[in-house]
Amino acid sequence: MNPLIGDRKTLLILVGPALLVYTAFTLIPIVWSFGYIFTDGNAITGFTFTGIDNFVELFRDAKVRDALFFSLKYGVVMTIGQVTLGFLLSLAYVFLLRRSSSFVRTLVFFPVVLPTVAVALLFQQLFAIAPADGLVNSFVHLLGGDSIDWLGNSTSAFLVLLTMDLWRSMGFYGVLLYAGILDIPEEIIESARIDGSGGLRLVRHIVLPLSMPVLLSALVLSINGTLKVFDSVIALTNGGPGNTTTPLTVYMFQTSFQYGDYGYGSALAFLLTLICLAATIFIVRANRPDMKKVR
Amino acid sequence: MTITIPSRGTTSVQSESRVTSVRSVSRVLRRIPATILAVFLGAIVIVPMLWMVLSSFKTQGEFLSGHFWELPQSWNLDNYVEAWTRGRIAEYFTNTAVTVLPALFVGLLIGAAAGFALQVLVWKGRSAVLLIFLAGIMVPVQMTLLPLFTIYFQTGLTGTLWPLFLTYTADILPLTVFLLATYFRAIPREIFEAATMDGASLIRSFFSIGLPMIRNALFTVGLVQFFFLWNDLLLALTFVNSSDLRTLQVGLLNFAGEYGSLQYGPLFAAICLNVGVMFFVYLLLNQQIQKGLVAGSVKG
Repeated sequence: MNPLIGDRKTLLILVGPALLVYTAFTLIPIVWSFGYIFTDGNAITGFTFTGIDNFVELFRDAKVRDALFFSLKYGVVMTIGQVTLGFLLSLAYVFLLRRSSSFVRTLVFFPVVLPTVAVALLFQQLFAIAPADGLVNSFVHLLGGDSIDWLGNSTSAFLVLLTMDLWRSMGFYGVLLYAGILDIPEEIIESARIDGSGGLRLVRHIVLPLSMPVLLSALVLSINGTLKVFDSVIALTNGGPGNTTTPLTVYMFQTSFQYGDYGYGSALAFLLTLICLAATIFIVRANRPDMKKVR
Repeated sequence: MTITIPSRGTTSVQSESRVTSVRSVSRVLRRIPATILAVFLGAIVIVPMLWMVLSSFKTQGEFLSGHFWELPQSWNLDNYVEAWTRGRIAEYFTNTAVTVLPALFVGLLIGAAAGFALQVLVWKGRSAVLLIFLAGIMVPVQMTLLPLFTIYFQTGLTGTLWPLFLTYTADILPLTVFLLATYFRAIPREIFEAATMDGASLIRSFFSIGLPMIRNALFTVGLVQFFFLWNDLLLALTFVNSSDLRTLQVGLLNFAGEYGSLQYGPLFAAICLNVGVMFFVYLLLNQQIQKGLVAGSVKG
């Protein structure tokens, strides 16, 4: 007989609190939020039923298109950047820095734990132009160039945002993929070496395919994280100049809390949820044959 | 997928025969790219930090007219005192601590209890409940913001730190339950069966055997969630509308605009204080943090 059969009271004491808090503050709100999509108004003014107006509006609103485009652009560019840079770092840790890599890993990982707001304010000052040049413009000056208004122009603001987020996250992806490479059995790498493949060929034919599972995790993690980007944008550019760096998350926040339109805000949140799910499914599907081959 | 980071590298490339002097020269030459890379990577992390710390000691005049490579003329803490008191960083710091730490404690405790019941005990519907918790990891937190705001508004909790505490507690639950359940799976069930045979109730078993046995896991998961909550901006920005209740991150975000964006010294001091907290935590625990964050994210 199995003695570990929970009676109702014990279960209530053990699972009850977590399930209650989770249901009240996560599950019910998710369903509730879906209900909001069919209404107009907010918590203070009250709600009126408007049917599918908010869905229709999603397709007509040019700002949604811009925000969606920016979210996707940022998501794709950052995902490629994060995973590529992380993979290069992990290769450097294993094959170039080798045993001495521990200190470098620790150093490069440090920005990962920093609050985004602090990093963003620091980068604002690093790339500042007026009234005092930041570190970057001081260097530009030193090299004989004119100071650049980095955050005043949409293209360069996007570049600064990318630089900052890559700086913040590369250490994480470096360590994640490093752990993946360490999981590759040493004998495989040794025997490939003996067979005469070193350098790029070793990476291309042995390390890359055998890192596929962890690369896939990195991709899913990265696209999900970057599609939800909020903190860095709010703190670095606040969506500007104009609304050229406004992702869906920021537009959803503005719609809901600055214009007090909960119904439309919920529709935007729903759109975001769909896109995150779709991106994950797409990546997992696209990689499935590869994973079978490796396993 | 479990990820472990051995403390030492595992490549043994130079284990070839005997090392001649020609070889050692070539080895030194081969180390040059590695050294350059290490210095470069170190520099891109350290230089901005160094600039930040130096700037936090400079006066307004020094910052505006001096060169960036010049050291501050005096190393007094005026800017820090200014940020800490008049810049209200002390208050923001307290607000963050009194919401994040209790939320972390409650979330870990009830999450561990649920993980225990879901993994160790046998009952109908446990896989369904686990699935329900898992679903929470997938959905963006934006989906819950507006209904929660309505709930807090209608129950009169707006204007207190309760909304943040409650949302934080709920938010860390899915990943906590999921990860801790995985750790409970690794403990042999016989241990709990023996305890039950000896007459311990299941609750007693959880507190006296289960919790102590996953102590390390609790610590790791706690660290991951600590960073997540301490650095949160979205929830704090949504549920905090009074300046007295600002968390460290919201306070810092407002700092630049409200306190006078051109007060460089105090601004840099405030950033330094925020970064400094994380620096000390990281200095103490960097191995566990790297392991924990990587494992926590991949499993999520």
